Order: sequence, then C-alpha cells, then structure tokens
Amino acid sequence: AATMPMNADLRRERAAATFQPELLTHILDGGAERTRRRKEIEALVINDPDFHHEDLNFLSRSQRYEQAVRKSSLMVMKLREYGIADPEEIYWFKSFVHRGRPEPLDLHLGMFLPTLLTQATPEQQDRFFMPAWNLEIIGTYAQTEMGHGTHLRGLETTATYDPATQEFILNSPTVTSIKWWPGGLGKTSNHAIVLAQLYTQGQCKGLHAFIVPIRQLGTHEPLPGITVGDIGPKFGYDEMDNGYLKMDNFRIPRENMLMKYAKVEPDGTYVKPLSDKLTYGTMVFIRSLIVGDSARSLSRACTIAIRYSAVRHQSELKPGEPEPQILDYQTQQYKLFPLLATAYAFHFVGAYIKNTYHRISGDINEGDLSELPELHALTAGLKAFTSWTANAGIEECRMACGGHGYSRCSGIPDIYVTFTPSCTYEGENTVMMLQTARFLVKSYTQVSSGQQVTGMVSYLNELSRQRIQPQHVAARAVTVWINDPVSLVEAYKARAARLVEAAAKNLQAELNHRKSKEDAWNRTSVDLVRASEAHCHYVIVKLFTAKLSEISNAAVRAVMTELCLLYALYGISKNTGDFLQAGILTDAQVTQVTQRVKELLAVIRPNAVALVDSFDFHDVHLGSVLGRYDGNVYENMFEWAKKSPLNKTEVHESFHKHLKPMQAKL
Amino acid sequence: SVNPDLASERQTASFSVEKLTAQLDGGVEQTRIRRAVVEAIESDPVFSRENQYFQSQNERYEAAVRKAVHLQKKMHEMGWTENGPEFKYIYRALSGDVAFLLHRIFMRSISVLGSDKQIAKWIPLATQYQLIGSYAQTELGHGTYLQGLETTAVFDITTQEFILNTPKISAMKWWPGDMGRSATHTVVFAQLYVQGKCYGVHPFIVQIRSLQDHSLCPGITAGDIGPKMNFEHIDNGYLMMQNVRVPRENMLNKFCEVQPDGTYVRRGSQKINYFTMTTVRISLLSDEVLTPLMKACTIAIRYSVVRRQSKLKPGEEEAKILDYQTQQEKLLPQLAAAYAFHFINDYLQELFNRGYREIQRKNFDTLPELHAFSSGFKAMVTQHCTSAVEICLRACGGHGYSLLSGLPSLYTKILASCIYEGENTVLLLQTARFLIKCFMAASAGQPVPPSVTYLAAVKPGKCPAKNKLDFLSPDIYTEAYQHMAVRLISSAAAKLQDLIQSGVKKHDAWNQCTVQLAQAAKAHCHYITVKNFAETVEKLETKAGIQKIMKHLCDLFALHGIFSNSGVFLHDGYISGVQMDMVTASYLDLLAVIRKDAVPLVDAFDFTDKSLNSALGSYDGQVYHRLYEWAQKSPTNKQMSPAYERYLKPLLHNRPSKL
Repeated sequence: AATMPMNADLRRERAAATFQPELLTHILDGGAERTRRRKEIEALVINDPDFHHEDLNFLSRSQRYEQAVRKSSLMVMKLREYGIADPEEIYWFKSFVHRGRPEPLDLHLGMFLPTLLTQATPEQQDRFFMPAWNLEIIGTYAQTEMGHGTHLRGLETTATYDPATQEFILNSPTVTSIKWWPGGLGKTSNHAIVLAQLYTQGQCKGLHAFIVPIRQLGTHEPLPGITVGDIGPKFGYDEMDNGYLKMDNFRIPRENMLMKYAKVEPDGTYVKPLSDKLTYGTMVFIRSLIVGDSARSLSRACTIAIRYSAVRHQSELKPGEPEPQILDYQTQQYKLFPLLATAYAFHFVGAYIKNTYHRISGDINEGDLSELPELHALTAGLKAFTSWTANAGIEECRMACGGHGYSRCSGIPDIYVTFTPSCTYEGENTVMMLQTARFLVKSYTQVSSGQQVTGMVSYLNELSRQRIQPQHVAARAVTVWINDPVSLVEAYKARAARLVEAAAKNLQAELNHRKSKEDAWNRTSVDLVRASEAHCHYVIVKLFTAKLSEISNAAVRAVMTELCLLYALYGISKNTGDFLQAGILTDAQVTQVTQRVKELLAVIRPNAVALVDSFDFHDVHLGSVLGRYDGNVYENMFEWAKKSPLNKTEVHESFHKHLKPMQAKL
Repeated sequence: SVNPDLASERQTASFSVEKLTAQLDGGVEQTRIRRAVVEAIESDPVFSRENQYFQSQNERYEAAVRKAVHLQKKMHEMGWTENGPEFKYIYRALSGDVAFLLHRIFMRSISVLGSDKQIAKWIPLATQYQLIGSYAQTELGHGTYLQGLETTAVFDITTQEFILNTPKISAMKWWPGDMGRSATHTVVFAQLYVQGKCYGVHPFIVQIRSLQDHSLCPGITAGDIGPKMNFEHIDNGYLMMQNVRVPRENMLNKFCEVQPDGTYVRRGSQKINYFTMTTVRISLLSDEVLTPLMKACTIAIRYSVVRRQSKLKPGEEEAKILDYQTQQEKLLPQLAAAYAFHFINDYLQELFNRGYREIQRKNFDTLPELHAFSSGFKAMVTQHCTSAVEICLRACGGHGYSLLSGLPSLYTKILASCIYEGENTVLLLQTARFLIKCFMAASAGQPVPPSVTYLAAVKPGKCPAKNKLDFLSPDIYTEAYQHMAVRLISSAAAKLQDLIQSGVKKHDAWNQCTVQLAQAAKAHCHYITVKNFAETVEKLETKAGIQKIMKHLCDLFALHGIFSNSGVFLHDGYISGVQMDMVTASYLDLLAVIRKDAVPLVDAFDFTDKSLNSALGSYDGQVYHRLYEWAQKSPTNKQMSPAYERYLKPLLHNRPSKL
C-alpha cells in the first residue's frame, strides 16, 4: 500500500487550489524558519525506529500505558541527547512522540519541575530539583480531590504542623478529600506536590503546597500511610495513569512545604506571602495552551473530514451522472467549512494570547501586574469559548464522516476523547465564563460611574456617551456591510455591548429585589454567560480580521478573507436572535447574511483540501485512515481491520465455548 | 443508607412518582411485568455487567455471545416467548449488551422478503440456532444510498446458480453486526444481473462459515472491522466474496424472482416491505435513543444534588450544584426533552399501528406521510437526544469523564443512532421533499395529509402575548412554533421556485436550498413535538400532581426551544424583542420551579442501579464511596504492570549517567 499513487480526487483538488499551502503553513508556524525547524524535529521522531509501535487502537489500556512509559523514558533521554531545550520545540517533539496524546510524565515535566522552579526555596531546589531533573524523583501535582475541582478553596486535605517534631502531618480526612485525577499519580510517580489546607497553631491558613514522597525509592512500593492507585478506565487518556492518593497521618519534614513565598517557622509561626496575583501568570499561560490546543484538535478533525469528503462519492446530484464527491453537497459544506474557518480563527487567537503573555511576562517579573487582570479574565472566557466550540466541532466532523467516522480507524473518536476533558480541566468552562462576566460587569460598573476602561472592553466606554438615549445601546444603528470584516467586527461589538449591558441591568434588578449579592448573581448567571460568550466571540472576530492585514501574499490573503467572512457571517446566522433583537441587523440583512454564507461555501469549496493541507499534519500524527494525505482510504481500512484483536485467530474461541455447545443442545 | 442530600429531594416531590412511572409504562400492569423481567435478568449472574468497563473487545464479545446463548435458556425457563408481553422488556433489561441482534434481523428479512417456501426452510433452522444469521447491506463505499451498492450477483443459467462477487474494495460488505465472528449465514444485498442486464439491488442468502468447524467457506473472506467508539460486544464485520455460488432458490423471492430460464418476474406490491423498513426507524427510538437519554438524565441529576461545590451564600455550607442556575439550564431542558420525546414516541407508535392496519387493508394512502414522519423524527430525535446526553456528560465535570460514571458509554452508543438506519441529513431532506410537495398542494388548494394541514392555514399576524405569563399558555407557544414552521417551509419553497424560474436546473436548485430545507424539516418536527406534548398534557389525569408537573415540563421544552432559536422566531417580527425578553424570563423562572421536582422526575424513569451501571447515578447517592470502591477493582490496580520493571525502574535508577 505504501507505493499506491495518490487518489485522483485529491490530486485534482490540490491542483485546483488558488494559493500555495506552504505559505499559509508558514503563517501558522510563525515564519518559514519555524516551519523548517518543526519539520526537522518531526523527522527526528518519525525516522527513529525506537518510537515505532503497533497501532494503539488494538492495545489494552495496560499495554497503552506501558508503551507510553517506554516512549516517555526514551523521549527524555533523546531530548537531552539532541539538546532540544526551547519549550516550543520540546512541545513539538513530545506531541510527535505521543501523537497528540497525553503521557505519564506530563505532570512531572509540565507541573512538578516548573513548580519546583517557581515555588521552592534554593535549599529545596538543591534537594529536589536535580534528582527530579534526572528522574530519580518522578513527581506529579496533586490538587483535584474527589469532592472538589475548580473550586479550590473547598479542598479538604489537611497538613497540620507539629512543632514538637517539626513535621507536617498529612491527612485525607474524608472520602471526598481523596486526591483524584492527577496524571501520573496512579502508577508512575514516587513523589507528589500535594495541595492541602495548612493548619498551624490551631488556625487554618488556606491552601499550600507540600512535597510528599509516596513510593519507596528502589521498590516503588507505596510508603506506609499512603494509599495510591489508578482511578480506572476513562473515556480517553488510556495512556495516563490518573490516580488517587489517600494519606493517613503521613509525616513529612517542615522543609517539605514549598516556602519561597509563604513560610511556617520552626515554632509554627506562619509568614504570609506577598502577592497572590502571581499565580495568575501560570493560569494565563496554561489557558493559552488550551486555546492553541482547541485550534489544533479542531484542525486535525477538519483535515480528516474534508479529505475524506473529497474521496467519498455518494448518491447523485444530477440524474445520470456519476456519484459526486460528498464535499459537493451544500449540507456537507455547511457542516465542515464553518468549522474550518473556526479552526483558523482559533489559531490566530491562540497565537495572540501567547504573544501577549510573552510581551507582558517581562513586566510581570518586574512586578508590574497591571495588565494581568484583563488578560486573566479574557483567557478564562476564551479557554471556555474555544474548547466548547472545538469539542462540538470535532463531533460534527466525525458525524460528517458517517458510519466510518465511528470506527476508531477514522482517528476522530480519539481526537474527541483526548480533547473533551479540556472543557473541565484547568477551570470548568461555565465557571470560566462567569469569571469573565465578573470582569465585564466590573468594567461596565466603572463606565457607568464615569470612569474609562481600556483594552478589549473599551467598547463599553461608548455606552456612557449614549446614556442620554432611552433605548438599547446598539439600537443606535450601526451600518453593517456584510462583505466587510471590519464592519462585522462593529456588529459583534454592538452585540457584546448590548448583552453585557442587559446582563448588568438584570443583575442590578435582581439586587434591587433580593437581599444577597450571591443570589442575584446566581439568578443572572445564564445572562452573564451569554454576555461573556458574546464578548469572546467579538474578540475572536476582531483578532481574525486584524490578522488579514498582516498577510502579505495576495492569494493567501484572499482565501483567508473569505474564511474570515465565513466565520463572522456564520456566527451571525447562528445567533440571529441577538442581532435582530438589538436592532443591529434588519430582517432583510439577516436573510442576506444566510444567503451570503451559502455563497461563501461555494467560493471556498475549490480551496478546501488545500486549506487543510496547510495545517501540515503528518499522517503519523493525524493517525487516521480516512484522513490520509494520499486518500487511499478503502484499501487501508481493510488493511487496518485485519489487524484487529478479534481477527487474531480465524475461528474465535467463543465458537468452541458457547456457539457449538448451544447448537448441540437446541 | 441513602445520602441525605438525595433523600431530602424525594421528600418534597409534588407528584406521585409511582403513578408517573405507571403512566410512562402505559399502565400499572405493564410496570409490574417490566419489573419482573428486570428482576429475573438482573438476579442472574450470567447477565451481570459489573466488570464491563474493565473488559477488552475480545472479552466483551465473548460475554455477549455467552449472554445470548444463556438468554435462550432463560426465556424457556421463565416461559417468555417472542410474542409475549415480557419480550419487549428483555432487551432494555440487558441494556442491549447481548449478541445475535442481527440474527433477528436476518429472520425478519426472510419473513418479509422470502416466499412461503423459503420461510418454511430457513426460519425453523434459525429459530433452533442451527445457523446464525446476519444482514449484509452496507458496504465500505456505500451506506444510506442503496442504489450505489456494488456487490454483484450474476445468474448462471447453466447451473441455476447466482455467482456473487465483490468486484472492488469499496464493494466489500462492511459494518454488518454478528458477521465478523459469529454468523454462519447472511442476507447479502447485491446488484442482480441476468443475461447481462442489471435489475438493481436484491437479497440473497449466502452461507459464509462452515456449520461443522466454523471455518470460512471457499471464496469467502470475512472478519471483524476493528475497534469502534462503542459496541465492543458486537462483531461488526467485513465480507468479501469471490465467485461464491448459491442456488437460485437463495434469492429471497416473495416480490421478485428469477425463473429457471432467466426470466425476471416482479410480483405483488413492495409497499408493505417498504413500510417495514420505515417502521424500523421508529421502533429504534424507544430502546436505542430514549432509554440512554433517560439514563443520562438520571445520572447527571442525581449526581448534581450530591455534588456540592462552592458557596452560594457566605457562611453557609457549599451548595448543591443543581442549585446553580447554569447547571439547571444545562440539565432541566434535557429532562424536559426526554419527556417530550417519550410522548412523541407514543404518538408515533400509535400512528404506525394505525398505518399498519390500513396497509393490511391494501390502503396505501398514508404511506408518504408515514415515511416523512419516520425519516424526520428519526433524525430530529436522535440528533437532539445525542447532544442532550453529551450535555449531561459534560455537566458532570471531571467525574463524568470516568467510564465508571456510565456516561461515556451511553454517549458513544446513542451517537451511532444518528447514522444507522439512514444518515440524518439525508433523512431530513426526505421529509423536506414531502413538506415542499404538501406546501405546494396546499397553496393550490388541494387536499393534504392531516399532519400538514396547518400549511394551508397560513395566518399572518403577530404573537398576542402581553406579559411573561402569557408564554405559559400552550396556545401561545404552539401557535408560535406553527408560524415558524410555516414560514421556514414556505420560504424554502419560494427560494426553490425562484431558482428554478431563474433557469437553474431542478437538482442544482435543490442542492442550493438543502441547508434551508433541512432546517425547515426540523422546524416541522419540533412543532409537532411541542403540539403533541401540549395535547398529551391536556389529557393526563389531574390527580396526584402529574398533569401539573408535566405542564411545567411542556412549557420548559417549548420555551427552551424558542429561547435557543430566538432568531427564527424574531425574524419576521412574529415575536417582538420585548416579547423575547418575556420568553427568557418565563423560561428562567421555570428552571427554578422544575428544580424542586428534578430528582423525583428522574426516579420516575425507574432504572435499577444495575441497569444504570454508574458510580455517580445510583439510587442511594453514595457517589464517592462507590467511585473509590469501583476504581480499586480496576485491572490497573490488581495486575502488576510490566511497565515498572521494564521501563520505570531503569528510568528511576542508572539515570544520571545517561542524561
């Protein structure tokens, strides 16, 4: 099968593209040189026989875990051998080795080591960092408990200081306090950074981090007082030993509390940290990664669905003619092209947040935290918005592949189950939306009291100027040109302003009725989430539009402009109620918008395959028979199926055990 | 003991849970029979699903075969028969976790498509399990579009046989259940060729495995198609045939026959057959679609009153997550949808039973309408329920992601229903075709089938609601749905007409309108569902609080639909912006009202803990203990993984030298 020529349909599609996919790839990578380097790193992994293995779809969970541990160990060695140290390059290498899946050392590399660097004292770094760097210590980060996730203050694990022995006594006092979910905790790690409520001198001082040894060095057996294991099978994450940890009067020396900021003195005196805004920085960074991940996961799903739709022929469009590619059906285009546009939009948003974070992280190190609250609020909402959208989009891509999408050989089920927990981890999405809403309402209140606000919410300033007018903000007509992205940004802005204002007013009305702030907030939360969504949607349309002017190649810019228009108009057509109710668009304009969406589908159709080729996923990384670059789908589905575990023997043992005896009896 | 957070929810029910259960079952006697079946199945250890989440594909398959074999014995023991009142509850009690479902389709297709002689030959063998059947229609290259199938059956007049072939890779049969490992025979759909002429797709009985040693027959290549998102217990298979010969008598020939001299004869009407296929789409709704949604609601809602997170009021204990408006807004509309679709399912069953009686009297007038119903509702209900189950899954946060919650497997199972028995988009467009035709007829003053007479009564005007309470009137919202459906159908029809008049070819015009047409078909089904829910509520008994709570659910279902599709209602100003704010207010008020009865409403679905098989959703609400206990049973905790000795140990030691 390796020598099969490229499927004729895909060859035709590629020949008909109006732009060069490589140019677009360079934009996504951040320059031709970055693309070159990424491919170089990819080649290091692909050409390395140590990283080859059987298709993971055919392995049991235990086997998948074992493969992942094997590859992770090799990966750490090879990264150092090749001298790859740039975080982004490490990320490429890792996602290539593990093909976009999680791996058991994720938490060690991504949380344990960085936390030591940022929160450990120099003395603690001496004791733990080098052993951890050399993997004598493998650690994880144990925060989430069975009973509490996003709401951190509710965590129940306790660390009680005993001045007599200068130790902390760690306990899991209830079933709900058992640490639950941390990756690498179940089987891999011998240490964990445990978050616990600190008690000293009879007082609770809130959550703090402690370095806790959990398994015996040498035998890897759990230490006395420690109960640790794997939490069982999940939707995805088969490679990851998400674990539980229960501690019974487990003692650690005082020096194991991470004490760069807060401290407990030998006599038990507690010393407060200076600022707690610093943790914002890490959260912003991780959430920006999730936005990027939303883009990548959705891009992978789009690549598979669009290539397959160009290869699959079905039914008839015109009587008597050969069966058309399913990508020629309007309903199929309508399912896939808006998602393709969304994937590009999210790429640009992810890049924007990353750059902004890098830009201001210098300020953060110098103690200037002024830009952090807005960025923190914005990334919370964008994390939720993009992960929800991508989650639904991946499923739509799978559905668009019909029955074969349901087979694991399509690769989409795997993308979905790997991606979907990001709606929950690093902050449950609804809670994230409400965090953004809190910032929006605060900004609105500032504007109402005559102050100016800056940044992405500055559109709220316009509200005060219109305050003299009785009707909704946006009712002061924005003239919307539906073929001009800049004009559409204004329409989205008006919608966001209207929904933020409506939510803030409803909140105020509830406050006027009721006694408690919390009650009023809860009774307005559906409106508040809508306002946050509208705000995020505006930000995305704005960033996508802004990106267009940075594209120098005319052919690429033209096709990106079409996608940007599709993204913006499709979003309007799916939320016409908001635009109509606020008077931003008329009935006639809404009809034009839905019509224009359909025209754009036809305009984008010839470039669809080239647009997914530009994402530049290697077949090995894509992991999909339906999405293969060469389009030889059916032959390879057959080859793949033959390797299925049920096919290991010609006659399955169930025949002898059950079928034959039954036939004899009846 | 029951978790007090769950117990307290049950003390305040506004209605009788037991009476509602009986209502859902269709009577007290039905409830009794159902419970007896569930009890008999669940008390038998062979049918246990206890370790299901830990099993491999091979183990799941073997268990399903074991259960299927044991079920024969059990039925005999219990005196259950295929025509008895217990039968329909068996599959539900097993949660579908059993093999040989395609064996039943094999038998049904022979009963429907075979001659009396063929039935007499094959049905007894199948009943006695002297052979195991499957049904091979879908191919690698073709699914819903049957005319495109590529398998061939060429009549050889000299030997009086059909020669079956898989001429190319895309013609390989792919997906049929029970075919990968179990089946000895299958009904193969192939393009029939007689003397060089193609007569289209016909069914043939083909033996694929030896009845002695189960090895593949000569010319047959068959196997399992590999891992899927779910249905690990089913050996969906592939089948390739190379000059496989079957006797002339193996073509199912009730309606079409090839005579010994090669003459092709068509006889009788295929309409009954066509009707049977249509019925399948409706009959799958109950077990494959509604049950998973009801289970998902049960799990998510019970868990949401046990899970406490964050504080609503300072100083108080943490709040149940179901007390958060955003959580109610996720779950309660799905609960309302489960009830709405339960009632539309009752309505459709009744409609099809009536249709069947008509058809037996050779009256085929209702067929197009029934076909439109089955296509449209299959698509609308499966799509709606699939996303509803996913919402339940995600509403359970991290723990929903554990297989032990039961939600991932409910989701991966229900989502297949959007594809099998007809891909949903294709089905919606079939309904749209019917609607457009009826709309044209109605506009021309011609009579139309009863379900679409509303198309003729297009009334201009505006929604008369004056305050938010008006939107709790079924007349007001049903009217709004009707108006919206008419508008979408008529504007799709107008667009289609415009294009055709401007010279666009008919099929091109159709393709250019398909997005709009699919939306119109959905709107029609949504309208009928709301209307039926409101009418059902009218007829419910007023005693025991049932009518009242069902009225709330009906209101919620209707207003949620308007709230989440506000644009289509606002579009022509039928509902004004001010009225839309009233809809939103009423909708949000209802959430708080239904919140109080949420747990009793899922209790009424009456699922046993064993059938839920969920650490989060059990009746006693002991969520965390169960999660911990179940996790410890995981093989990852019981068996020593070689990963430590092989990889971790070397990694943890000797490391510094290498790094």
